[in-house]
Amino acid sequence: MRKVIAILLLIIIGYYSIDTILKIPFGEGVKGVGKHYLESTIKETGAVNSVTAIVVSYRGFDTLGEVTVLFLAATGLGAILYDKKGKKRSLQNASLIVKTSSKIIYPLIALLGAYVFVHGHLTPGGGFQGGAIIATGVLLMFISYRSFETNHKALSIIESLAGMTFVTIGFAGLIYGTSFLQNILPFGIPGELFSAGIIPLIYVAVGFKVGAELTALLDNLLKTIK
Amino acid sequence: MIYYITSILLVLIGMYAVLVKKNLIKIVIGLSIVDNGIHLLLIAIGYVKNGTAPIFSKAGLQPNQMVDPVPQALVLTAIVIGLAVTAVALSLIIRLYDHHKTLNINKIRKLKW
Repeated sequence: MRKVIAILLLIIIGYYSIDTILKIPFGEGVKGVGKHYLESTIKETGAVNSVTAIVVSYRGFDTLGEVTVLFLAATGLGAILYDKKGKKRSLQNASLIVKTSSKIIYPLIALLGAYVFVHGHLTPGGGFQGGAIIATGVLLMFISYRSFETNHKALSIIESLAGMTFVTIGFAGLIYGTSFLQNILPFGIPGELFSAGIIPLIYVAVGFKVGAELTALLDNLLKTIK
Repeated sequence: MIYYITSILLVLIGMYAVLVKKNLIKIVIGLSIVDNGIHLLLIAIGYVKNGTAPIFSKAGLQPNQMVDPVPQALVLTAIVIGLAVTAVALSLIIRLYDHHKTLNINKIRKLKW
């Protein structure tokens, strides 16, 4: 009975949403604000990657809010899962093959993550993606070694320093320029590693912050055995 | 066209899981399927026929050959928020399981609708 009601409801919702969405033209040229961003990204921000330019430069304040949301989620998860008695991860050890190969792959994954967030303004990727890649490397170590521990104090120091770097760069824009998060550094030659002013600096800070946050989050979630 | 319909179908599949399934983990999986459907829909709206990624990686790429970068930037934000929501929901589920020793929403009293 519940299934029938649910399916009927979904058919009504689906019919009207598809009916509405199909009125949006598909695959036509970029108009409006997207067109402006595409045409003036290199001139206004110095970054080659328009998506990064939008996320970090045009909508940098929004990204600061996004980082705050992620921080709040990590903190809230730690508060919800807090236990005085102290918890442990699963006692099951992985097999020898998994352990040996993850020991070899782990530094390479960390290197890839660093590459992705350092080159955020040149190639697809950026701070969030790079941080997530680093956290997956740590997850691999967590599930292969039961004794692998992360230093929580160091993680929270990295996280706070990265967050403070972001806000400090923002205030530097306010002091030396005209607005919060203004791009005050020289743009350099578009397409080179050291270009685009503050964009790579902010993305490196975001990469460290997201990596540390996601690592702490995974550690909290995996420690569920009393 | 088919992209719009497929992403709406994904949203509907996720909503079906949220409405019908009794297991809390399956409900969270349904929520993330809804999330993914909406991301695909936004990306599809920004698509341009034969367009490339909005990155000026080679000389000679013109802005009119590229897809819309704005939906991609917004979806990047939405993915991060979706991750945060899923993580907090899973931690609440771990707590509920500790307390009630079950994940079935019918067996957890005071949660019925």
